[in-house]
Amino acid sequence: MVKWSKIISLLLVLVLFFALAGTTAKKLWTGIPLGLDLQGGFDVLYQVQPTKDQPVTREGVLATRNAIENRVNALGVKEPDISIEGNDRIRVQLAGVKDQQEAKEIIGKPAKLEFRAPDGKTVLLTGKDLKSNAKAVLDQQTGAPVVTVEFKDPQAFANVTQKYLGQPVGIWLDNQLISNPVIQQVIGGGQAQITGEKTLKDAQTLANLLNAGALPYPIKELSSMAVGATLGQAALKDTLKAGYIAFALIFIFMLVFYRIPGLVANIALLMYVYLIIAVFKGLGIVLTLPGLAALILGVGIAVDVNIIAYERIKDEFANGKTLLSSVIMGQKRSLPTIIDANITSLIAAALLFWFGSGQVRGFAVAEVISILASFLTAVLLSRWMLMLVVRSNLIKNPWWFGADRLKGGDAK
Amino acid sequence: MKRFDIVRRRRIWFSLSLLISLAGIIAMFVMGLNLGTDFKAGTRVQVELGSGFDTQAVRNAFASIHLQPDRVTVAGATGDTAVVRLAEKITPQQEAEINKVIKEKFPQAKGLQVTSVDPIVAKELSQKAVYAVLAAAVGIILYMSIRFEYRFAISGVISLLQVVLFVVSVFALLQVEIDLTFIAALLTIVGYSIHDTIVIFDRIRENLKHRKIKTVKDLEDLVNDSLWQTMRRSINTVVTVVISAGLLYILGGPSIRNFSFALLIGLVFGAWSSIFIASQIWVSWRKRGLKA
Repeated sequence: MVKWSKIISLLLVLVLFFALAGTTAKKLWTGIPLGLDLQGGFDVLYQVQPTKDQPVTREGVLATRNAIENRVNALGVKEPDISIEGNDRIRVQLAGVKDQQEAKEIIGKPAKLEFRAPDGKTVLLTGKDLKSNAKAVLDQQTGAPVVTVEFKDPQAFANVTQKYLGQPVGIWLDNQLISNPVIQQVIGGGQAQITGEKTLKDAQTLANLLNAGALPYPIKELSSMAVGATLGQAALKDTLKAGYIAFALIFIFMLVFYRIPGLVANIALLMYVYLIIAVFKGLGIVLTLPGLAALILGVGIAVDVNIIAYERIKDEFANGKTLLSSVIMGQKRSLPTIIDANITSLIAAALLFWFGSGQVRGFAVAEVISILASFLTAVLLSRWMLMLVVRSNLIKNPWWFGADRLKGGDAK
Repeated sequence: MKRFDIVRRRRIWFSLSLLISLAGIIAMFVMGLNLGTDFKAGTRVQVELGSGFDTQAVRNAFASIHLQPDRVTVAGATGDTAVVRLAEKITPQQEAEINKVIKEKFPQAKGLQVTSVDPIVAKELSQKAVYAVLAAAVGIILYMSIRFEYRFAISGVISLLQVVLFVVSVFALLQVEIDLTFIAALLTIVGYSIHDTIVIFDRIRENLKHRKIKTVKDLEDLVNDSLWQTMRRSINTVVTVVISAGLLYILGGPSIRNFSFALLIGLVFGAWSSIFIASQIWVSWRKRGLKA
């Protein structure tokens, strides 16, 4: 007798799933942040270096990190990722930067600004005495680009201008004389102008540097990686295309080989993909190319879990068991194998995360998520759905379950 | 129907595997590994120049800004990509010069990718990668020793190490560049072929419960039966994984081509070593003390 209640339960779950996935999958997918290798950008690792009188401290590294962040913000980059690695390293990851060279220059520049006496050696005031409101403007009289600056202590600046009235006070940036104006009058309001930049853009860059302040420590570039935006997008497109076709072929393969259970496995596979997308979006995990590869490979693992179970079910058929008991026994007997196999993979992935770094870690995270997700969909959901099909009594011929014909003796 | 007897031909499989391993070790010593900038400090410039570009022209372009490339390789599916390796980590100023000279000399160039790594970082990365592989092997041995017995664990890991050796030596032989993603690929292969091995071992263990093993023949029959009972699963799984990894290799972008190539050969060889090596080592070990 056909049990309609089981069929209705199954259909209900499927309708719910497809309604949910169909309406939200695309939105979830586009919300996943993409790694630099998939959208282009650059990744630079800096080392904070001690100076003669200052050893590198934790606070010093933090201060350097913040200074770098100020500079990156001045660039107007969206969602920069600036993180401290180890004791003295700072990793800067910027996505979608057009002029990577310029960005690097701005980040790494010491920007030591000094006002020096006419002898060119005595430092009168430094960038630290400036307020962070430097602006680039075009001089109304000459039309040349200038940077306006304001001193924190107007009196100190007034004193300097008074002392060196009629003499040149050089403005030095990173030990290079950029402007050597002669003090014409005593300036009381603390306002000054820096001339000597060729274009307004250069002036703007200088203003940004002044506002961000000097880096507390010099930094050294340890490694850098730059990926063009088009290259990243092409890689994403190619990998997705490979994924779609692989998916379609595996679908057909499962249907031909395992028929009804194959169909169930395919639906579970769709659930796996949806779950992965939801988890990535939910946890805000950045998707990288190796991560994407791990997920596509995860499809293979999820399929394997079903193949192990279905082959076991076939064995039970071959032993002459009924449909229902074959499915129950096959699923039961394949479980220890599946658990053992997945735990070893999980151990390998966890150790990879623990000992690896960078992209290897991204890969490990994707692998752990994909193993857990495949366990949920390919083990729990897929089994439950298959049981509903079997218990509904709708399909009785074992052929539909992948058995060639009823015979014994294949396995003893 | 008489089945093909895998277990009793184990000497053949062992010799074959030994031969492959020896050839692999020789290849590694003679050819050396083509280590990428991740492991060997320096600079790597990758750029698409269009098929049929002249490597000498690339060298000349670099020479014009006083850089001497270690090697210039043609890469990509259609040979349209140049990979230039420099022994030194370049300065940001030099990087700007490279950008400029490439744009000047090759107006068609696209997808410029510059990676440069300092020796300290390269050393750390390669150490970390080796630790990761060793840690994974130890973790797997421990888990299998608890779930099965030490003989299964050791046999499984020996066959795994052989797979790792095989993949590494193919990369040495073909001089394919080894970077960080290669290590990720190796660990996937390790994880996946241990999957295969465990499915077979699980079946052997299960069959052990129902049979009395008195002679070597009993043992050989048991393993043979277990292998054939799991054979269809082994083959079907390899087929699906080869579909995934193969398509990634053919269609996935250039940056994961090496990764998918490692997966492809590693997974196929992993299946071989699960079926023909791992359980045969176990048989040879376990048969001690049994009657011939």
